Amino acid sequence: MNAPHPRPLAGTSAGSPMIAGAPEPHDSALLHVTGEAQYTDDLPEPRGLLHVALGVSPIPHGRLRGIDLDAVRAVPGVVAVITAADIPGVNDVGPIQHDDPILAQELVEFAGQPIFAVAATDVNTARRAAKLAKFDLEPLPAILTIDAALAAQSYVLPPVHVARGDAAAALARAPRRLRGTLRAGGQDHFYLEGQIAVAIPREHGGMQIFTSTQHPGEVQHMVAHALGIAAHDVVVECRRMGGAFGGKETQMSLFACVAAIIARKTGRAAKLRLDRDDDMRSTGKRHAFSYAYDVGFDDDGRILGLDLTLASRCGFSADLSGPVNDRAVFHVDNAYWLPDVALHSYRCKTNTVSDTAFRGFGGPQGMLPIEHVLSEIAVALGRDPLDVRRVNFYGTGTRNVTPFGMTIEDNVAPEIVAQLEESSRYRARRVEIAQWNRTSPVIRRGLALVPVKFGISFTATHYNQAGALLHLYNDGTLLLNHGGTEMGQGLFTKVAQVVAQELGVPLATVRISASDTSKVPNASPTAASSGSDLNGMAARNAARELRQRLVAFAAGKFGCDPEVVEFRDGAVIAGTRTLPFAELARMAYMARVQLSATGFYATPKIHYDRKTLSGRPFFYFAYGAAVAEVAIDTLTGEHRLLAVDILHDVGTSINPALDRGQIEGGFIQGWGWLAQEELWWNDQGELKTHAPSTYKIPTAHDVPEHFRVEFFGQPNREDTIYRSKAVGEPPFMLALAGFDALRDAVASVADYRLAPKLDAPATDERILAAVTELRQRMLADG
Amino acid sequence: MAAALSATARSAIRFLLNGESVAVTDVAPQTTLLEFLRNRHGLTGTKEGCAEGDCGACTVVLAEPADDAQRLAWKPVNACIRLLPSVAGMAVFTIESLKSTEGELHPAQRVLVDHHGSQCGFCTPGFTMSLFGLYKNIYRPTRAQVEDAISGNLCRCTGYRPIVAAALAMHDQAPAPAAADWRACGVAADGSQVVGTGETELLARLASLAQDGTFAYEAAGRRWWAPRTGDALAALVDAHPEARLVAGATDVGLWITKQHRDVGDIVYTGEVADLKQIRETATQLEIGAAVSLTGAFAALSGEWPELREVWARFASVPIRNSGTLGGNVANGSPIGDSMPVLMALGATVVLRLGPATRKLALEALYVAYQKTALRPGEFVVEIRVPRRSSPLLLRAYKISKRFDQDISAVFACFALTLDGERITTARIGCGGVAATPRRAIQTEAVLVGQRWNEATADAAARTLADEFEPIGDMRASADYRRTVLGNLLHRFRLETTGTAVPTRVEQLASTTM
Repeated sequence: MNAPHPRPLAGTSAGSPMIAGAPEPHDSALLHVTGEAQYTDDLPEPRGLLHVALGVSPIPHGRLRGIDLDAVRAVPGVVAVITAADIPGVNDVGPIQHDDPILAQELVEFAGQPIFAVAATDVNTARRAAKLAKFDLEPLPAILTIDAALAAQSYVLPPVHVARGDAAAALARAPRRLRGTLRAGGQDHFYLEGQIAVAIPREHGGMQIFTSTQHPGEVQHMVAHALGIAAHDVVVECRRMGGAFGGKETQMSLFACVAAIIARKTGRAAKLRLDRDDDMRSTGKRHAFSYAYDVGFDDDGRILGLDLTLASRCGFSADLSGPVNDRAVFHVDNAYWLPDVALHSYRCKTNTVSDTAFRGFGGPQGMLPIEHVLSEIAVALGRDPLDVRRVNFYGTGTRNVTPFGMTIEDNVAPEIVAQLEESSRYRARRVEIAQWNRTSPVIRRGLALVPVKFGISFTATHYNQAGALLHLYNDGTLLLNHGGTEMGQGLFTKVAQVVAQELGVPLATVRISASDTSKVPNASPTAASSGSDLNGMAARNAARELRQRLVAFAAGKFGCDPEVVEFRDGAVIAGTRTLPFAELARMAYMARVQLSATGFYATPKIHYDRKTLSGRPFFYFAYGAAVAEVAIDTLTGEHRLLAVDILHDVGTSINPALDRGQIEGGFIQGWGWLAQEELWWNDQGELKTHAPSTYKIPTAHDVPEHFRVEFFGQPNREDTIYRSKAVGEPPFMLALAGFDALRDAVASVADYRLAPKLDAPATDERILAAVTELRQRMLADG
Repeated sequence: MAAALSATARSAIRFLLNGESVAVTDVAPQTTLLEFLRNRHGLTGTKEGCAEGDCGACTVVLAEPADDAQRLAWKPVNACIRLLPSVAGMAVFTIESLKSTEGELHPAQRVLVDHHGSQCGFCTPGFTMSLFGLYKNIYRPTRAQVEDAISGNLCRCTGYRPIVAAALAMHDQAPAPAAADWRACGVAADGSQVVGTGETELLARLASLAQDGTFAYEAAGRRWWAPRTGDALAALVDAHPEARLVAGATDVGLWITKQHRDVGDIVYTGEVADLKQIRETATQLEIGAAVSLTGAFAALSGEWPELREVWARFASVPIRNSGTLGGNVANGSPIGDSMPVLMALGATVVLRLGPATRKLALEALYVAYQKTALRPGEFVVEIRVPRRSSPLLLRAYKISKRFDQDISAVFACFALTLDGERITTARIGCGGVAATPRRAIQTEAVLVGQRWNEATADAAARTLADEFEPIGDMRASADYRRTVLGNLLHRFRLETTGTAVPTRVEQLASTTM
């Protein structure tokens, strides 16, 4: 299926044909397929470059009494070794709390925690040498699981409770009630390009850093702190990342700091590139969650009261666990009205790697339990799960306030679900599948439709700002820097489309160069799906500023009304004169018109109280829904995704091809989290799934041939860039439909009369266990 | 005897790199092709994603004379665990070579752009090279062939849909490379092979690199020998018992990249002509130990089509192109997938020590965890598999977290011969349930002499579930392994006794919607 045609944009006067809205290829596509796209490790290496490797803790918790590094230093080719004592500035890369040492000093808190770094003339020497240290470690008791942390009240941050109404009273009153528990595993980002940083010493004790990061500004500040120098002496550049997904929002800081400390100490450039196994052992992941719920509902399945505990494994430090868990709490409602509700969020401290941002940022973990609860209610009432979901949808005008007090003004979930229910033949397929299952003793099929509502904006309100710097050269070409970073999502392409649209020039006229802290200061991370919303607006404002100057110049020059000056197809029409855009640029330059402009944008309307988690944290919501069909094997637990139908709300798309890519990629990544990818620690706290040989993300075979994606065509009701909607994270959660379809398939074993116990990820083993448990329960129930 | 470095031995690793002649003299033999490409040649288009052959970001295409020597065989391989000296005499093509000299994208590149098949782009060179290999070898591949071709390539961004769509459109992409161009598809629409002048030229240039006798190479204090005959191999192993015998390096490569081990001197089996033969006699298939997994599986599937699925699920195309059946068998991993099948088929191995050879039943080769009956200096010469007996009921089942390119949690291969309904012989090979690949002798005994029906299967499944004491690890718990092993016997019964019920989720993948 080809991407649907973009609808024309409203409210953009400049430029035709429409550049914004066209399915332009990724701006690096040609470079990708020819191998010419440069990632950090591909950059020409500076003279005398040192290669760095990390020495890490073998145990999850212990007192570090000493390190014998003699054997490390003795390896020929080793040039320098550093420990915490060699850090000139602050030994911390915690983005919010200051509990994240660069190198462990007295205490090690997870297996894989960096303790020292060794620099050598080649990477193999450095890595071999790093294994030769002798640690004097006194093991301490380790807390490895959420259950153990809860029992010990071990938290990285204090628990948070959000309540509306009186959940306990509502539960007591409710005609029907269910209690249960559920678990969801974490997820490794598995960006194909591992963590890497190159540090090059500069003048004034300064440092230039090339790294793969979603947040160059954070790297700049962390390196400055670690070296004890000022921000203006650190320049961080990132042209592109080989994938990030949240894993390079904070996690790169440690590696950049180590490279910078080595570079400072030796006066030589230093590169730290993690091997895949080291990357997986030493960088944070999606938070695993454990849930306990108590839900009261009526005979139609309407939820009357909900008491839900969400406990997450945060690892040894806070990192972004505060906002991740906040967002989980903010998404417990998904698309549903929860009248009386009590939510308890525990941020557990464990002796495992510190978990971090990952596409959805807690949102998926917030939505999973409510979808589970709704499906349980459906089984309890003998109703179709979609009917139960529908009676719980948020309303319009009433039943439309979230548990955290935000009024939902843009609820399109019911409409999206209705359209998808029809276009996917949901009802007919439910009937077909139930019949088919009765004739199939071994293989069972399942089907589910799940909606998604996801809040757009950083919950850290100050992050909702962006800057752009636009240069027009006197040959008519444009160079743009903005605060966003390119990790594959196509941000640079979309923002270039915005600039081309505003100035009426062909897309090729606009070049976007590497994200660079010396071009756009104080940029926020490219995260929270905000890249296009924020940077597109900032770039648009820069382009409009520039355009105004050109209009004024052209009007004066050609003696026409500024109102009639038009920019289109690479030309400028000023009254009776039509001239190439490049010609106008040259003339403006000669007339000493400023041809450089900055743009700035701050998201309006948002505010919230971080203590009570109440207010309007989100500018708007992005919506979508998915129907997924699966098959399971009741002898082995093997499972297969058979068909996917998605209807997703991207507002007015700036680039339908890129948006479709985010939806498809997000869905499959979500499916990986829920159905396939398993992080497995042994009882020594060692992660044993630390490479693609043991950690299995989806491959092409796991993707169904029937994979239909359509856009819900309505423009964003909020004034976003060309009325588009953020699309990076929301589609990830569409995969909840796949997980619910697995539950549905398992439920068929008991003829849909009992609810299966299925945790995520639904590996073959968990599915077989759920089938077995359900059969036993059915026998016990008679 | 070329047992040691001699004056006549070649001292340089000679090969074609993107069409240019290269002679390497100063790179340690355990250097990977990827390290060489990136660090020595500045060819940074080929990426390192995992350094263990599991993600495909490092995929390059090797071309070497095909068996008939009339054309080239084009094989995607993982550069990250391919040892550099092993490409001597071959043509290596990296992503940088695919554009034509006029700058025209190859169809494998063009379709990826047109279908929006790249996002972050880091995996893209690897996918492109896998698609290029597919483009060369199969005209208008099916979806299943596309999935197989990219089963060793991981993408974390796209969800694969556009990549598969791109691959399906490759051969309809204009402009196609001219027939004379080495980049052209090697298969005509009617399925016949096409050898253009570009390929003929490459063949001639490779022929000029070819030399007889053992290839010996030394650098950085480490030696590499690539003998050409079994006798030379035996002599070398005898003379250098400390040297490491390496075939495809799909395991040894990881010792180097992951454990940072110095593997010492290496004797490479990949050039030993008599170990690369497959002979079909009236009674058996004789598969040389250095036959690639790709070649061995094709031969085995020809005789036993029931095995196609498990072979397609064995690692990935690049790994199967590098790895050898002899390597898999000699390695003796408890989770290797070839041994349970070969045991069920009654395979024997021929071992050689110096001039002496001996034959062992395959199951007798495995003594304990990662311990075989091989004596110091002894190596596997060939694997002999008795030809198909009839009527034979045969199935092989692989259970792993992921369908493609995964290591088995449980593997089982069942082979029954029947006289009427009565089971006359039963052989069951199992993987993932013990310290070595094992035959399920007790279960076999339960089956033999019985009628092949549900009651027999029930009894046998109970025995099978208790026959081994598997461990629990990151792939599966011990309980799961036991339960599933028994359940697979039920599946085998369902699939071989005429019941029409679906037994595989895969059967539904293309039939719904």
